[in-house]
Amino acid sequence: MELTGAQIVIKFLEDEGVEHIWGYPGGAVLPIYDALDTDAEKLQHILVRHEQAAVHAADGYARSTGKPGVVLVTSGPGATNAVTGIATAYMDSIPLVVLTGQVPTGMIGLDAFQEVDTVGVTRPIVKHNFLVKDVNDLAMTLKKAFHIATTGRPGPVVVDIPKDVQTATSDYEYPQEVKLRSYQPVTKGHSGQIRRAVDMMLEAERPIFYVGGGVVLDDASEQLTALARKLGYPVTTTLMALGAYPASDRQWLGMLGMHGTYEANLAMHHADTLIAIGARFDDRVTGNIERFCPNAKIIHVDIDPASISKNVQVDIPIVGSVRSVLEDMNHLLDRQLEKGVAPDEEKLKAWWDQIEQWRAVDCLKYGPSVGQIKPQAAVEAVWKVTNGDAFVTSDVGQHQMYAAQYYRFDKPRRWINSGGLGTMGFGLPAAMGVALAHPDETVVCITGEGSIQMNIQELSTCLQYGFPVKIVNLNNGFLGMVRQWQELFYERRYSMSYMDSLPDFVALAEAYGHVGVRIEKPEELESKLAEAFAMKDRLVFIDIQVEKAENVYPMIPAGAGQDEMILV
Amino acid sequence: MKHVISILLENEAGALSRVAGLFSARGYNIQALTVAPTEDPTLSRMTLTTVGNERQIEQIIKQLNKLIDVVKVVDLTEGAHYAVEVMLVKLRAVGPQREEFKRLADIFEARIVDVTPTTYTLQLLGDSSTLDRLLENVPNDYILETVRSGAVGVQHGDKFLHV
Repeated sequence: MELTGAQIVIKFLEDEGVEHIWGYPGGAVLPIYDALDTDAEKLQHILVRHEQAAVHAADGYARSTGKPGVVLVTSGPGATNAVTGIATAYMDSIPLVVLTGQVPTGMIGLDAFQEVDTVGVTRPIVKHNFLVKDVNDLAMTLKKAFHIATTGRPGPVVVDIPKDVQTATSDYEYPQEVKLRSYQPVTKGHSGQIRRAVDMMLEAERPIFYVGGGVVLDDASEQLTALARKLGYPVTTTLMALGAYPASDRQWLGMLGMHGTYEANLAMHHADTLIAIGARFDDRVTGNIERFCPNAKIIHVDIDPASISKNVQVDIPIVGSVRSVLEDMNHLLDRQLEKGVAPDEEKLKAWWDQIEQWRAVDCLKYGPSVGQIKPQAAVEAVWKVTNGDAFVTSDVGQHQMYAAQYYRFDKPRRWINSGGLGTMGFGLPAAMGVALAHPDETVVCITGEGSIQMNIQELSTCLQYGFPVKIVNLNNGFLGMVRQWQELFYERRYSMSYMDSLPDFVALAEAYGHVGVRIEKPEELESKLAEAFAMKDRLVFIDIQVEKAENVYPMIPAGAGQDEMILV
Repeated sequence: MKHVISILLENEAGALSRVAGLFSARGYNIQALTVAPTEDPTLSRMTLTTVGNERQIEQIIKQLNKLIDVVKVVDLTEGAHYAVEVMLVKLRAVGPQREEFKRLADIFEARIVDVTPTTYTLQLLGDSSTLDRLLENVPNDYILETVRSGAVGVQHGDKFLHV
């Protein structure tokens, strides 16, 4: 059937099964917006207030569902506003397809109005990008974009579509298949390597599972949990993998890394066998790379060969989908266990005894809220009020670490944060994406007064579409994490980390048509939170005045070893 | 150590900048780069000369393979291979040096492809170190201009880079 490029975009998205698209119109995408009005049957568009938020919202949608997030923005400033969102998704391997308008092909390179080289600008922060110059290539390019974004190590793909390509016509047929001779991601792991890895696991005396976001992305929590339980080995998860292994399970040692637990970091440091699954040995995890896991043999499973031996040399590399490799490992392990080959019980017990001693330090304990609310207590109260079962998004800073430490996630895809890029302003729009995908679930955005102001305009979007997000603002009047580093490493010179002239967030929320609640006293924390969360259909902005000088501990200072933690 | 890496990539707009961008973004070094279409017009062949230790080169190869436009990559330096480079060098050929440069050209089997009363342009085809040696034998102030193609190469024997 003969369609315009703009109609092809809409038709293709519907044929591809896309239900929701986040965006903001502008000159160079007007034909697509027109086709949205005339041709869309099921596709729902959500109008944000800033393009960055469109990308974060699509990202939150993708993280909480596993489906790709889709964005539509105009050329020039529309595309550049989207850049932070695209980079955020890229660093955390989130599948997105971002459609950008472009000036007509004949005007490319002439510094036309709202022209920017979108493909050039986004090249280092996408898995791949395309500039569509011929309407006859449009449908296949879109198909490729979805294929690339969602397979292998996922990531964002940008498709830049000039305005004249949107108005030109072509015969349209939904491309059922896509073939890329240069892109065939490995899925099955090498069977010999997997056998060696299982043998190594069974011979371990002081083993630990080091689990990363790849387990969440590949929906492999079940397989991981099964494997870890059969072996009885300790598990630590990265910031990106919280919920991949149930936090309520005794085998879980908590998060590792810069603000990880004492027991997780020391177990890593003293381990003789490290089983890394879908993790990438990020500097916030390893600390000083020279001192990282000095005694451990390392098994590393990852879909991306370039992640293996990038920062740390490993002994058994396995390239493949983590779910598929974990399935194979479970299968092989079962056969070994049936044959009576099992971990050395005595040695494993000695290892656990040691770990329990570390755990007894209770590194996450904090003082009572006297007069002022402790931010840790606020997060724990949110956990209680939501029965530990909410979807929690966060921004970046101290509140993010408190959320990671004190909201104990039992399920994957419930913890949504910008781990790699560390993007302030991520939390609220990401929560919109989660709320759209999960209308019957409780969605919380744990944020701070610094981060929330980076995308606060989205309160308007939330009203328009009725996203009943609960915003928990840990308000300490400081850019807390900056202040903490200045206190510890810059002789308490608090350069530009104090937030003066803050808005009255309660009044602001009300001005946007929502409910605002302020909590100042420790004794009213739980009751007021319960009231706020009881308003199921309303967005409630909960401004919690917390103790100003509280720091996030434990902490491994940047560049220090895993065993050089500051505890309080 | 110096490595010569051969890359087969989609002959698409922007494919070259993806490779070049990867090198600058990740702080890898490019000593020389040459690219042209192959007998299959949908494919370009790129040869890239870089320097790094074993781990860096391994990362470079992996990162190159990750680029969607890259079809195949081989580190020629890993095995037996034949590599060759072209150089054009324009010399100020006056006085006693005129005769000297003629002799130098003969010794290196370089061709003099352009002559004026005051200049010679030498063309030399050979491995990169031979080209270096010729330049080492010319005093710097006699060199008016040097242009080198960067190495191109193939693997030894029946190994080849093809789709």
